[in-house]
Amino acid sequence: MSRQPYVRPISRTTWYMRKGRYRRYMLREVTCLLVGFYSFLLIWALAVLATGSAERWDAFLAGQQTLTMKTVHGTALIYYLVYMTFDWFKLAPKAMAVQVGNHALPPLAIIIGHYVAWAALSLFVFWLTGVF
Amino acid sequence: MSKRQLQLEVLRYDPEKDKEPHFQSYSVPCEEDWAILDALNYVKENLDTTLSYRWSCHMMVCGSCGMMINGEPVLTCKTFVRDLPDRVRVEPLENFPIERDLVVVLDDVMEKLQRAEPWIIRKDPPPEDREFTQSKASLQRFKQYTMCVNCMCCYAACPQYALDSSFIGPAVLALAHRYNIDSRDQGKSERLDILADHDGVWQCSFVGACSEVCPKGVDPAAAVQQMKVDGAIEWWKQKLPGGKK
Repeated sequence: MSRQPYVRPISRTTWYMRKGRYRRYMLREVTCLLVGFYSFLLIWALAVLATGSAERWDAFLAGQQTLTMKTVHGTALIYYLVYMTFDWFKLAPKAMAVQVGNHALPPLAIIIGHYVAWAALSLFVFWLTGVF
Repeated sequence: MSKRQLQLEVLRYDPEKDKEPHFQSYSVPCEEDWAILDALNYVKENLDTTLSYRWSCHMMVCGSCGMMINGEPVLTCKTFVRDLPDRVRVEPLENFPIERDLVVVLDDVMEKLQRAEPWIIRKDPPPEDREFTQSKASLQRFKQYTMCVNCMCCYAACPQYALDSSFIGPAVLALAHRYNIDSRDQGKSERLDILADHDGVWQCSFVGACSEVCPKGVDPAAAVQQMKVDGAIEWWKQKLPGGKK
């Protein structure tokens, strides 16, 4: 008897549409596009600053205040705060196996620790930038 | 105990006759407390003796009856009729070639298992007059990984393995990690040379499906992420002046 194993085909472009857990993963990973966009924006801002022209800098800032850009920034902020932060903090205990004595630290304690550190860091940044 | 007529749609493939797999339907009178494995055994004994599938212990220990039930990778001895609709689709584990019917080819994982060296490696000789000591704290660190029964449900759930089978994959990495964090073991660095390389942990993009489907409650996704940290530390150790070459 000859062996002729059958290999099932898989779509390289639509595989993630098959299951909810794959779609949720893609929703998290698609934020890389926003990271790319903000990297581009930062480089653009630096290039404008490097020209030394106050008018061009003001024009750049004004460009970020349009309704379209405000919508983009607002959506990105909410998406990152609500989905990315929640999802990554939820996964953090997997990468951090913290042991206290004979017992593992409960995942919830690690997740709460991340939220506390995030809040403290945010307050520090607000203080540093003169928000209060 | 009440009977229930279950419609089993089973993927069949005979390498000597079929060009590709096809579904075959069986009507099975099931008891509510049956597992799907019982329904398959009923088919084999009463309806169609040609049906091929793997099973052995019927008690979640041998890990051989892993299959796709309604699209989810599960142990069929742990998946009960009472929890399923009247129509149940049974397919071989995804992401593996089909040998025949519900039997898949596992040669690839067996080869990877050897590469990961999932056994205790010692550089120093073992103690002569006593056993290796094993503290409760040390056992706690790795115990969950010892529960793996190599059923390969995690590979069937892993899209990374589906897209690129050179990826060593969840169960093998979890087993390797189990030895890496065992206080009696001294082979972590040797293993990481293989497992933190191109085909290893860095191919994992943290979908986490492996841990979600594991029928034994093992968390391979955690093992892989922790090995990424270990691999990064090991890499830096090698880069530092006077570091390991």
